Amino acid sequence: MTSLPTHTEKTLGLVIDLDTCVGCHACVTACKGWNTENYGAPLADSDAYGAEPVGSFLNRIHSYEVEPDTGGPAQLFHFPKSCLHCADAPCVTVCPTGASYKRVEDGIVLVNESDCIGCGLCAWACPYGARELDPSEKVMKKCTLCVDRIYNENLPEEDRQPACVRTCPTGARHFGDLSDPESDVSKLVAERGGFDLMPEQGTAPVNKYLPPRIKDEVPEFDILAPYLEPVAEEAAGFLGWLDKTLERIG
Amino acid sequence: MHPAPSIIMFSTLSGLGFGLLTMLGLGLPDVSGWVAFIFFAVGFALAGGGLISATFHLGHPERALKSFSQWRSSWLSREAWAAAAAMAVMGIYAALIIFTDTRIAILGWIGAALSLLTVFTTSMIYTQLKTVPRWNHWSPPVLFMAYAIVGGLLMAGQVSVATPLLVALGVLQVFAWVDQDRKEAASDTSLATATGLGTIGTVRAFESPHTGGNYLTHEMAFRVGRKHAQTLKIISIILAVVVPVVLLLLPFYHVFALLAVVSHFAGVAAQRWLFFAEAKHVVSLYYGR
Repeated sequence: MTSLPTHTEKTLGLVIDLDTCVGCHACVTACKGWNTENYGAPLADSDAYGAEPVGSFLNRIHSYEVEPDTGGPAQLFHFPKSCLHCADAPCVTVCPTGASYKRVEDGIVLVNESDCIGCGLCAWACPYGARELDPSEKVMKKCTLCVDRIYNENLPEEDRQPACVRTCPTGARHFGDLSDPESDVSKLVAERGGFDLMPEQGTAPVNKYLPPRIKDEVPEFDILAPYLEPVAEEAAGFLGWLDKTLERIG
Repeated sequence: MHPAPSIIMFSTLSGLGFGLLTMLGLGLPDVSGWVAFIFFAVGFALAGGGLISATFHLGHPERALKSFSQWRSSWLSREAWAAAAAMAVMGIYAALIIFTDTRIAILGWIGAALSLLTVFTTSMIYTQLKTVPRWNHWSPPVLFMAYAIVGGLLMAGQVSVATPLLVALGVLQVFAWVDQDRKEAASDTSLATATGLGTIGTVRAFESPHTGGNYLTHEMAFRVGRKHAQTLKIISIILAVVVPVVLLLLPFYHVFALLAVVSHFAGVAAQRWLFFAEAKHVVSLYYGR
């Protein structure tokens, strides 16, 4: 049923730290790799070596430049974006076949690919661009929060988290239960002032973004300057003789 | 939004088809025998042809029947039900008229209501989307139904009613365009809220996730038509309203009536093309568009 559950037992999601992300795209590659080889239709690349390569990805990294209102140089932020597993997910309710659904047990939004007719309406309903129609399989693909990793007892415990989180070299991505105020992710959100993307769209996204920390002010003068006064104004010794000799010749 | 030809054909053809079926359901014109057969055949061909055209938009048309299941939450599913119900009721109504010369008025009224309901459900698929400010507006349901009613009257040969209503439709359309511009400009979603970085300062897209396009940029960040929007609006009004009105005001000839219908059809198709091409999805903000 594509009606949304009124309550989910857990609210699994990601917390993404915009202060730490360096824009390396490792999470993109890890996501594409895992989700091509595991649950559901593989994430295709069509015309991969041609003039117009197009592929489906569940996670993409944008980069934004911000000119601070307070003046000073622009700042650059790398901005990972994948499904936010919204509490009030508009993509779920528009689905005519029931292929899209939100799980009661953990709040993950999934697509049952064998029911998907590939109409694309869910992708239209999503403000975040989290859903992409696979160019080969013609079914809607989206982040599963690596549902086939997080509960997978065949994997070592440290690997039971989404591929993007596991691979991030800077620890910019965190995974956990955001309905539990005692969870690490909830504490992180509380501590750092995690925020929602496009709150005005009324989707109540589960994933939170941590704002960049306030940058240090660049001092107006160079505190090292006094120690860097030129020591020898006049060359002495061999260099002094060379200098004088060359001047005489030139 | 990408103006997919299959979707534009669907909305144009089925809108006019269900419009004609609505009029036939109301007994306008009150026809029987072969004449009725031709009128109903045109109505069913347009409505059914539109529905078939829509399935070309699907990635998996062979699973289309599954779309009847979620009528409780999904407007697309409700549209499937309304279209099937309208076609079924109008089919029985038409068969009785054509083959037994019996017109059951109440059946026609139900069929007419279901036909209009189908057009309404189609429009709600767009209107419900908060992600497209131009669509999340009063105008799609009102205009889709107005186009269906006026086009239906035109095709049903109800010249005296259709002529003033065509003019009214033109005025309504122009007003809707202006109000949609206002709605889009007033949208409170921006790159600042999309990234949450607006609290620091002015946000600008620096780099896209990749150098090429993707499903999202192809489907939802369509930009080709916008620069010609004003010209297309004028063409659409001329074809959908001005030409048919002039032709209807001339002494009546069947060829003029036919030309009026063809011109109106082309105008509606242009309007529907614009409906998509002009609509901006908020996801395009992430791509700096």
